[in-house]
Amino acid sequence: MTAAEVEGVEGYRVRARSWIRSNLEPADFTTLEAGLAGELSEAEELAAIDHERRLQRKLFDAGYAGISIDRDYGGQGLSPAHQRAFNEELTGFDYPARLQVPNFSPCAAVLLDFGTEDQKRTHIPAILKGEKLWMQLLSEPSGGSDVAAALTTAVRDGDEWILNGSKIWTTGAWWSDWGLCLARTNWDAPKHRGLTVFIFPLHRDGVDVHRIEMLNGSKEFCQEFLTDVRVPDSDRVGDVDQGWTVGTRWMFHERMLYNSPLITAPPTGRPTQGAVSPVGVARDIGVLDDPRVRDLIGEARMLEMVEGELQERIGTAVRSGRMSDQGAAIARLYHGVSAARARSINFEIAGATGAAWVDDDGSAAGRGIDFLMRQSPCIAGGTTEMARNVISERVLGMPRDRTTDRDLPFREVPRGPAAGADSRS
Amino acid sequence: MTSIFSTVVVTMLLEPTPDQEFLKETTAKFLTSQASVAEIRRLRDDPIGFDRDYWRRGADLGWTSLLVPEALGGGSVSGRGLIDLTLIAHEFGRHAAPGPLVPTNVVAAALAASAVGPSAPSVSTEHSDVIGALLSGRATASWCMEETGGFGRMTTEARRDGQEVVLSGTKRPAESAAQADFLLVTAKTGEGATQVLIPSGTPGVSVRPMQTVDLTRRFAVATFDEVRLPIAAVVGEVGSASEEVEHQLRVAQVILNAETVGAMERAFEMTVEWAFDRYSFGRPLASYQELKHRFADMKTWLESSHAIADASAEAVAAKAPDAGLLISVAKAFIGHYGGELIQDCVQIHGGIGLTFEHDLHLFLRRATLNSSLFGTPADHRQRISTITIAEECAG
Repeated sequence: MTAAEVEGVEGYRVRARSWIRSNLEPADFTTLEAGLAGELSEAEELAAIDHERRLQRKLFDAGYAGISIDRDYGGQGLSPAHQRAFNEELTGFDYPARLQVPNFSPCAAVLLDFGTEDQKRTHIPAILKGEKLWMQLLSEPSGGSDVAAALTTAVRDGDEWILNGSKIWTTGAWWSDWGLCLARTNWDAPKHRGLTVFIFPLHRDGVDVHRIEMLNGSKEFCQEFLTDVRVPDSDRVGDVDQGWTVGTRWMFHERMLYNSPLITAPPTGRPTQGAVSPVGVARDIGVLDDPRVRDLIGEARMLEMVEGELQERIGTAVRSGRMSDQGAAIARLYHGVSAARARSINFEIAGATGAAWVDDDGSAAGRGIDFLMRQSPCIAGGTTEMARNVISERVLGMPRDRTTDRDLPFREVPRGPAAGADSRS
Repeated sequence: MTSIFSTVVVTMLLEPTPDQEFLKETTAKFLTSQASVAEIRRLRDDPIGFDRDYWRRGADLGWTSLLVPEALGGGSVSGRGLIDLTLIAHEFGRHAAPGPLVPTNVVAAALAASAVGPSAPSVSTEHSDVIGALLSGRATASWCMEETGGFGRMTTEARRDGQEVVLSGTKRPAESAAQADFLLVTAKTGEGATQVLIPSGTPGVSVRPMQTVDLTRRFAVATFDEVRLPIAAVVGEVGSASEEVEHQLRVAQVILNAETVGAMERAFEMTVEWAFDRYSFGRPLASYQELKHRFADMKTWLESSHAIADASAEAVAAKAPDAGLLISVAKAFIGHYGGELIQDCVQIHGGIGLTFEHDLHLFLRRATLNSSLFGTPADHRQRISTITIAEECAG
């Protein structure tokens, strides 16, 4: 398609708006919110996922899936600006909220960046149709932020690799189909130079998926145990031992969050655990006229609106190349800090009702649980401390922290007593 | 180790057009040579706080004409004068530059609006002369708006008496009121607002200079004791200027915010450079994780401030329905984090950051001043809250 044939963004927007209004239901996040609060049965969760798969298929059939993805891979071959226009029109309508992060970004994004032609032609269309849902096997129990210290190991056996180890904090792994996995392929190289990325289906022998119960009852996170999982070499992404090149880009896509041009979601994003209106909390316990409460409501709205403008600014700057990809860490840091603050604000407004409540306390009920979960937005998706490292080192160019493991063969890197004796092979 | 800050600071206001870039660059160059830190220190005890010739030359660069339409002798470079003006204000902040940028522009815009507005049959010759004098830089203006007793409080009264208007009340702080050639006084008339243009030296007007945190900006208490003026001195109509006053407030806030973001940016750059150049315990400050993380926070506040300053300027320029909300969000956020950022710059500099000799305080002063004018962060959080509650309780 030549540039002249590409539909203008505003024309596209009008067409998208009309399609959205006549084909999508109004947004109703009740089930999503209940899932985040751990209030849904397994069957209810699976029904919700099936609904979203069908929604994704509907988008695909109408030509609104993968708007900025190449036509060769089942996308629409349009620009990120077209995707943004579609997203803006999506506000207030039902969309496949659970299928965006990590399915489209980082997973599909990484496949598009590093996958072979075959991998892209096989997997991207299946993702776009909602047939296969992907998740990321990145973090490990032995190390959260130090992702490159992965212990999960892949050993070559002819045309196959044999994977053993454990991955953790995988959102929705129990209902996902495929995984993108970072594994160690060379224990004698320094840690960043002995990693390789693989892909494999999750529902198979040797992959044992456990759901983790969080302190608020939610079970959306999982841990996987990999035992002699055989992966053909054709399911390797990127070069052998060059997995950190993939991993760096992978984590960039993770930090882009809802700024990614692969994401189909209204600009406001999806509801997240604990994102409750402070006005509702104040109204439901009758403190709306308290000037201290109004100050808090003003602060919460301020933080939320500035976040929207910051995302826009950083997104624009990264897309135009005026800021390096690493600038996405700025928006990530802001989001973590302001979302945590929002939970504190709601808890403070709720007063004692935040700590002890009955069902008819309305929005004030349960705000204490959100407070208990407050650090979640500062941890999930890469901690705010890591974002601060990236901003200072990669955006401001400050010296990297001294580490003892950079040039050692990974086998000799100290792992500490917490790693457990069994991992010191 | 040398600093690489010049390559990593993303100085971008929106996506400036080449004309806007030129506007910004000429002002930046002019301020670098004419508003040096030595010059700012020299003006510390100067009663006027800026040099008249400096202001006239600045007017030639467009400092005073951007909010006035071409028909009245002004003109913007992009068709959106307020956005152009934020580029100038940003450079003012980066240099902590002297001169009554806010009041002169607000008053020129107010006079121009009354001249070309739908309810303005014709601009009085008197007002168009004043506009001409402000645009050329021969004269400056003060906007007598704020009063004590809380943001938005208005006790100063304007009443009509035949072919005259009578003003009574006290305004403070009024920027440049003791130095300006014209005062635009905003007062109430019953439930409405009235604005009156007064030449300096009018009988019944007394002006008492105030002390202030900024080295070059000047403020005064302006008292109006039954000041009588011909009805032609009224800008717009008696008792019906509320909408115009609200827009003037937003324009003033846009300029202040852009200035503060410039001051934050400059203080941040100075401190990044310091972190690379200053060694403690045998290594640069920039190598300590505790400090690096604070720089990351500061960078985030800076980019956030820039983002909301630009977004709110766009909304105010377009008189968008959410302009009131956005400008309060911007004033609350920048007012708070501007101070936080520069104070952290002081902390990272250590004792030298608190000395008169060091330049950091020039930017701290400007940001501190601006955060208090036309509504503190707390005042604006109340406004945001009122709007938010109204939205949610209606919906």
